[in-house]
Amino acid sequence: MTAAGAALPSDRWQIGDTVLWLVPVAAYFAFPDHLVLGSQVIITALFTLSLDVVLGYAGITSLGHAAFFGLGAYTAGLLAAHGWGEPLSGLVAAAVVAAVAGYLTSFLVVRGTALAQLMITLGVGLLLVEVANKATKWTGGVDGLSDMTVGALLGVFKFDIAGKTGYVYSLVVTFAAFLLVRRVVSSPFGLSLRAIREGAARMPALGAPVGRRLVAAFTFGAALAGIAGALLTQTTQFVGLEVLGFSRSAAVMIMLVLGGTGRLYGAFLGTGLFMLVQDYLARLDPLYWQLWIGVLLVVVVLFGRGGVLGIADTLRARWAKRSAP
Amino acid sequence: MSLPAFLRAALAILVVVPALGGAACGKKSDDARPAAGSGSAATPAAEAQARTTIKIGMVASFSGPFADISKQLMGGIKTYMKQHGDTVAGKKIELLTRDTTGPAAEVAKRLAQELVVQDKVDFLVGFGLTPEALAVAPVATEGKTPMVIMNAATSIITTKSPYIVRFSLTLPQVCAPLGDWAAKNGIKKVVTMVADYGPGHDAEGAFTKSFTAGGGQVIDAIRTPVNNPDFSSFIQRVKDKAPDAVFVFVPAGQQSIAAMKAYDERGLAKAGIKLIATGDVLDDHGLATIGDPALGAISSFHYSVAHDSPENKAFLEAYRDANGADAGLPNFMSVAAYDAMAAIYDVATKLDGKIDPDKAMDILKHEAFTSPRGPISIDPETRDIVQTVYLRRVEKVNGELRSVEIQPLVAAMKDPGK
Amino acid sequence: MAAFITVLFDGVAYGSLLFVISVGMSVTMGLMRFINLAHGAFAMFGGYTACVLADRWGLSMFASLPVVLVGFAVVGAVVERVIYRWVSRTRPLDQVLLTIGIAFIATALATAAWGPYQRRLAMPEVLTGQLHVLGVDLGVYRLFLIGMVVAITAVLHALIERTRFGAQMRAAVDQPDAGAGLGIPVNRVFTGSFAIGSGLAAVGGVLGVEQLGLDPNFTFRYMVYFLLVVVVGGQGSVIGSAAAAVALGVFDVVGKYYFPSIGGFLIYALMVVLLLVFPHGLFRRGR
Repeated sequence: MTAAGAALPSDRWQIGDTVLWLVPVAAYFAFPDHLVLGSQVIITALFTLSLDVVLGYAGITSLGHAAFFGLGAYTAGLLAAHGWGEPLSGLVAAAVVAAVAGYLTSFLVVRGTALAQLMITLGVGLLLVEVANKATKWTGGVDGLSDMTVGALLGVFKFDIAGKTGYVYSLVVTFAAFLLVRRVVSSPFGLSLRAIREGAARMPALGAPVGRRLVAAFTFGAALAGIAGALLTQTTQFVGLEVLGFSRSAAVMIMLVLGGTGRLYGAFLGTGLFMLVQDYLARLDPLYWQLWIGVLLVVVVLFGRGGVLGIADTLRARWAKRSAP
Repeated sequence: MSLPAFLRAALAILVVVPALGGAACGKKSDDARPAAGSGSAATPAAEAQARTTIKIGMVASFSGPFADISKQLMGGIKTYMKQHGDTVAGKKIELLTRDTTGPAAEVAKRLAQELVVQDKVDFLVGFGLTPEALAVAPVATEGKTPMVIMNAATSIITTKSPYIVRFSLTLPQVCAPLGDWAAKNGIKKVVTMVADYGPGHDAEGAFTKSFTAGGGQVIDAIRTPVNNPDFSSFIQRVKDKAPDAVFVFVPAGQQSIAAMKAYDERGLAKAGIKLIATGDVLDDHGLATIGDPALGAISSFHYSVAHDSPENKAFLEAYRDANGADAGLPNFMSVAAYDAMAAIYDVATKLDGKIDPDKAMDILKHEAFTSPRGPISIDPETRDIVQTVYLRRVEKVNGELRSVEIQPLVAAMKDPGK
Repeated sequence: MAAFITVLFDGVAYGSLLFVISVGMSVTMGLMRFINLAHGAFAMFGGYTACVLADRWGLSMFASLPVVLVGFAVVGAVVERVIYRWVSRTRPLDQVLLTIGIAFIATALATAAWGPYQRRLAMPEVLTGQLHVLGVDLGVYRLFLIGMVVAITAVLHALIERTRFGAQMRAAVDQPDAGAGLGIPVNRVFTGSFAIGSGLAAVGGVLGVEQLGLDPNFTFRYMVYFLLVVVVGGQGSVIGSAAAAVALGVFDVVGKYYFPSIGGFLIYALMVVLLLVFPHGLFRRGR
């Protein structure tokens, strides 16, 4: 795991990366009955990763990130409902729409305290929910947008009920997005983001345009969220109003913080852990999942800092100290 | 630091123990399940027929803001199964419940897919909310699985798959007769106040259409935000317009309670403005929570616990018996679930336990029996519920608030929304 | 004109309601800077406690208020000592995670104990109905809420700005290390402040049942509203929270009355605008 990369990212692909990415590939063969769950975990992980760009790297606290996820979802959904069911171009369109919205929103967000950022993003998200609800004629409002025909992937692979196509599609897109994010955060641009996060006041002195960098990061994160939303639409062929909602924004933040912010794999780990535990517990008893997810969150905070990956770091450091007397 | 250390240890134990217990549970249910892929040569339907159980997969939001709906649905299901046993035509009824963990259409669809593909259920049931039902509809079609709607009330649902049948209601079904009645009973001017979302628009449309057709006039149409803690300004607006009556539809729960309280506090009744509503605003379970402000409110609906019939009396007793006295009253949701179970048992009996989806649909389409709500049937054309809509008034019966049925408005009312 | 005054009054009353249910959080989060998303859990359990007191012992709502205040102050103190104290004060995201976790636990426990339905709490007879003042109808419950806001704000303001405890609290929040160096019992001050915030949260829950209802999902349903009031009001100012709540309430209610079709947008739009103009909140203690 590249957890040690918290200090300085290494762009080199290591054996650990390969092993980690083999996990979802292996899961495809090991759990053929759970591919739909798997694809939803992967899609949500991409969404969480997009928040990591905004929160973990650019340091912008967003509690309305679902706005961009939802915009992407509706873009892909509306295209498919009006006869444009080709999936890949749907993804591109979703990314563009979400990026434009993200770019416009970013000017409201990049300045201001963390709490103001939190509330402005939240406000924008809630406003969008109201807009989507008002536009019932287009979006179906609370009843949701159905009646869409998503075409076969590359004109060959149809989206099947067992979720095979959806799984592979989501995984490939997410992997590509991951490579892109990894590239970006270890570029000079990514390094400047970190520097801004650590001390925004000092950066102008070094000649870095803080505002513009943050705008770019926020826009990039929004575009990725839009792609995740479009993936969800295309694999489920339905868009519900709650794609934009507060609970989705809150959930994705929980997953990110749970896994660990600003370290790429934290997004995947947190999402996987949260969703699999939730699915497992909700099956046992609906009361259970809320109770034990709650306990899980409390325990993670009490045990360590920086989510699960943070705990892993601490344990490793402790172990290293012990084994090197 | 010893105290937090102790607490952390305690929390760790709390987490580990149920996880182990859960693992044990999971194992048990896996053993009971036929191994996946064992019948790879056979078709799912043939495999299902060879089983010793009839599997019913229930998808609903058991946790989150709509948990009360699922609680009612489960109450109705439990009541029927306790009354009639869990074996039909020699086969055991196995109910698999799946929680959507809140309003999330994609989760509902995923759970339904798993139930159909993995568990090979014979029926999909539940669906408290419209988006859940709409998202799952393609799964029912593709998996050829009869899907029985127990609550979701938007008209279009049954048109989305030939395998959908509905036992609850549609909003236009109860709103249209009310508009008609209001126009004929001295109400000339009405302000409508509905929650600003799909079902609210349906209700507003159906009421307005029949009310204006009868010569009435809607002088203002107010739509309230779905999550709206305070109704004072809307009710004040109604009062200032001075209509003969206000037509209200908002979701049952916090919204209906707040709306009724605002109606009472503003003294609309004293100002001569009647309240006419759909029955879910004054649902039987929630009526006690609203309290006396509900007295005198007029509503139209298909079920009231005060419905006077031997079937309803038996149902109420069985409900208390199956769910305990603490569960409170059932409402229209439990009744819909109860009737849906009756229909499924009927299908199982008629097919002698061998559930073939198309044969099952054929029987479901032609269901007609006397429910606790009165006579009901399924319209074979639309696979939607046909039932009597009653006019009711909230009164005190033995010191408890009840929606007492005054008269049937329309017998065998079909959904006018299609 | 009479219509406008009535609506204005309703707006102030609605703002008061928002303040009453959020005031606990404006202490724990606004003053202590602890992002406390579990605030609603205290309010919810406060409401349920009042219901139980009424059902079991026939306590009226008025009588249950002091019981709830003191009881939940103790609970708050305990929670602060055994959980919150060990969470870093410098990592807000950890606080978010922790308090959301607590909110989940609270929701599950409330569902297990009381079921998923709405609960009712009978209002005392004196709080029902309307008063006629100069041709305008004023709801008694609403007048009572406004009175509570004035009282709570005055007491809290006096406590924070005029007493020794308040001075210690301000010092402890701003400069914990320096405060400790000056002999301020920082830990005890934090426990005390948290106890006050929790007690007030529970009281707000009791007072809000009439309007907001009470069910296990309370914590999550109104989370946005609590945040709204506290963040728009500004950190570190109880008066700011009160002003923000009343402004939001008036704007929301007046807007809904005159322009019902855009009612849902107004409160969020106002929030965004206010935060853009006053990024640190309406009132902010100097520094």
